[in-house]
Amino acid sequence: MLQNKLSYAFPIEASDFTKAGDAAGKIKKILKLAGLPATVIRRVAIIAYEAEMNIVIHSVGGSLSLDLTSTRVEMASQDNGPGIPDIDLALQEGYSTASDEVRALGFGAGMGLPNIRRNADHFCIQSEVGVGTNLEVWIDIGVS
Amino acid sequence: MKLQEICELLQADVLVDYDSDAEAFTACGSDLISDILRFIKVETVLLTGLTTLQMIKAAQLLDVKAIIFVRGKRPAKEVEEIAKKNDLPVLCTKLPLFEACGCLSRHGLKGCSEYAVQEDEHVAE
Ligand SMILES: Nc1ncnc2c1ncn2[C@@H]1O[C@H](COP(=O)(O)OP(=O)(O)O)[C@@H](O)[C@H]1O
Ligand SMILES: [Mg+2]
Repeated sequence: MLQNKLSYAFPIEASDFTKAGDAAGKIKKILKLAGLPATVIRRVAIIAYEAEMNIVIHSVGGSLSLDLTSTRVEMASQDNGPGIPDIDLALQEGYSTASDEVRALGFGAGMGLPNIRRNADHFCIQSEVGVGTNLEVWIDIGVS
Repeated sequence: MKLQEICELLQADVLVDYDSDAEAFTACGSDLISDILRFIKVETVLLTGLTTLQMIKAAQLLDVKAIIFVRGKRPAKEVEEIAKKNDLPVLCTKLPLFEACGCLSRHGLKGCSEYAVQEDEHVAE
């Protein structure tokens, strides 16, 4: 079992669709090496991917962080704007402001934030228009 | 269902090869990445008409057994190379998405919602 907290940070660039998804891939690898259960890895991978894509697609840039403790996986994302005017609306399944160009790549289902919330044991999103968006999630490892 | 059987049913070309005993228990068909992340189960083949690098990366993230491009779509060479590098089997069929999914369904392959796996039990609906 992990005794200390392990922390990682991943800068995410806006609109870089070649690198997009790589941070989530790295996070998945880290959890695999840490020997976490496959179900936990899958949930974290989905959350990381959706959070990463939201920074790439909707923000001007930001970062993703991962903290591993003995009992849970903590993830956070932060970006530097433009922020979300109506969070309740953004959390609805199917709601998306993605452009046609981005939709042509397969994004813009409006399921990202719902997917994150659904896979998280703790979910908190805060946003201020003109400042940025912060997301915090925990996934319990379920140690026996 | 063995990937070999899937390949024969769909008369698919193999771009990146699979293990001869590789098997899938469900299938998922969509062109929207987040919908796939929402509904896909383990041990799945993914059918899609979207041949983007982003789709390959999402498939990889979810450990899909194979990605099957429909409607005769072929990925760009560099996209195919990335799949190969990551041991992600890639098949191509001329059938449209609905027909390819229908064909596999008729032959007994289950859809994501028909296949309850323990894995999803923790998730609040
Ligand atoms: N980091 C962000 N910065 C600004 N807006 C965001 C951010 N994340 C999400 N949004 C807004 O919330 C909407 C819903 O997000 P999501 O559920 O991930 O769906 P999608 O990414 O497919 O549009 C987005 O279309 C966008 O308007
Ligand atoms: Mg999103």
